[in-house]
Amino acid sequence: MQLHPQDNVVVLTRTVAAGERVCVGGVTVMIERALALGHKLAACDIPAGAPILKYGVSIGSAAVPIPAGAHVHTHNLRSNYLPTYLHATQQRYFEEHP
Amino acid sequence: MDMTEGYLRSDGRKGIRNTLVVAYLVECAHHVAREVAWPFREQGAHLIGFPGCFPNAYADRMLHQLCTHPNVGGVLLLSLGCESFNRRELEARVRASGRPVATLVIQEAGGTRRSIAEGRNWVERTLRELAAQPRSALPVRELVVGTICGGSDATSGITANPAMGRAFDQLVAQGATAIFEETGELIGCEAIMAERAARPALREELVACVAKAARHYATLGHGSFAPGNADGGLTTIEEKSMGAYSKSGQSPIAGIIKPGDVPPRGGLYLLDVVPDGEVRFGFANISDNAEIAELIACGSHLILFSTGRGSVVGSAIAPVIKVCANPETSRRLSDDMDIDAGRVLEGRGTLEEVGAEVFERVLRVAAGERTASEILGHQEFIMTYKSFTPLGPACLPS
Repeated sequence: MQLHPQDNVVVLTRTVAAGERVCVGGVTVMIERALALGHKLAACDIPAGAPILKYGVSIGSAAVPIPAGAHVHTHNLRSNYLPTYLHATQQRYFEEHP
Repeated sequence: MDMTEGYLRSDGRKGIRNTLVVAYLVECAHHVAREVAWPFREQGAHLIGFPGCFPNAYADRMLHQLCTHPNVGGVLLLSLGCESFNRRELEARVRASGRPVATLVIQEAGGTRRSIAEGRNWVERTLRELAAQPRSALPVRELVVGTICGGSDATSGITANPAMGRAFDQLVAQGATAIFEETGELIGCEAIMAERAARPALREELVACVAKAARHYATLGHGSFAPGNADGGLTTIEEKSMGAYSKSGQSPIAGIIKPGDVPPRGGLYLLDVVPDGEVRFGFANISDNAEIAELIACGSHLILFSTGRGSVVGSAIAPVIKVCANPETSRRLSDDMDIDAGRVLEGRGTLEEVGAEVFERVLRVAAGERTASEILGHQEFIMTYKSFTPLGPACLPS
């Protein structure tokens, strides 16, 4: 689902399994890892540093070049405001403070 | 249906519930207060309180507004005896509002056992009194509805939040008051939100409000973003913000309020929940119920709560209607949800249909229908230290 005509990401409207093929922006891509509904895929090739557009507005910047059809998430999209906290961040704390 | 019934209070406001609040004024009185309220929890006795022993103007204001909230019919204050909280002032204010009120001081009553027995006697007697109170007509324009999202995922901004926004537009069109909040979850939307200001002077205030939130969270090192948000497909705070923002609907923004401010008239208001000045007491809202308590302190009769991951909470004092954004969560946590907004993603309905259902449910819950969290006994409440300065003149309609 594309939420806004200017968006360079699309949103999954259902959960997809690993190995499934989905059509994004005219290209068919294979989903490497299972993705829950609501997750984003690149609708086109996005260069590093370019804004990621969803709802027609920027939701952050591409941290690396993102090929069309790739999962867009915390590994390749950075906030332009505040960093995103993940459990992995806390995991590092426990490793550094045994 | 454009009319329901409510309990008329001396300030002219009307309640959609007739709750008896048991409020502890320091953590040391929490156990006794809980024991007093517990046997009556299904008959309308709700437990609220403030854990701190140090004085705080925000806590004074919050407890005053909550104890004189239109949904509250009577109040029992539970004090240990030596805490800073000004129990006499609070009791006097509740008494002046015409509500039955009593203060139980544990150190004077003779300890835990005697305080619990005395408290339960008072609650039992007062609940009988409240049950006999009559109701009077309550038109939709007198309703105050708050909205919050919690346990958000990437479906929240596509289904439940825009559907609640449509219900908000309908409420505002009928003259009711609608309050949205969490300026920390509007980071990134400040420019488009400012365009909806009802007056030019309000525009700058809206932008400043979000800038303050961004500074607050940057100082503390975290945005209002939990790992579950990321598991649910949200990547950045500005992405979460855009989804959260859509629950405000399309109406012009009439003003900004702070916790405990009751909007002067109908319309759409932004509740600024982030404290003023330098960061002093930690995160603005440590969890969703802290924001819900503030929406209620601003007079909200009921709360619209959208969730994607699946929050189960309700609240003391005001019913919470849970609108579930994610169809998979709706099926997994069906007992906890009131409205299945995720059906939009599965082609089983439109945003307009879900919005109309939310509006209808607001009226039915106002008329007495119990929400899922009320049926399950949820009465969460939390309040921590904060500090605010009064609003500037640009913030409210003249």
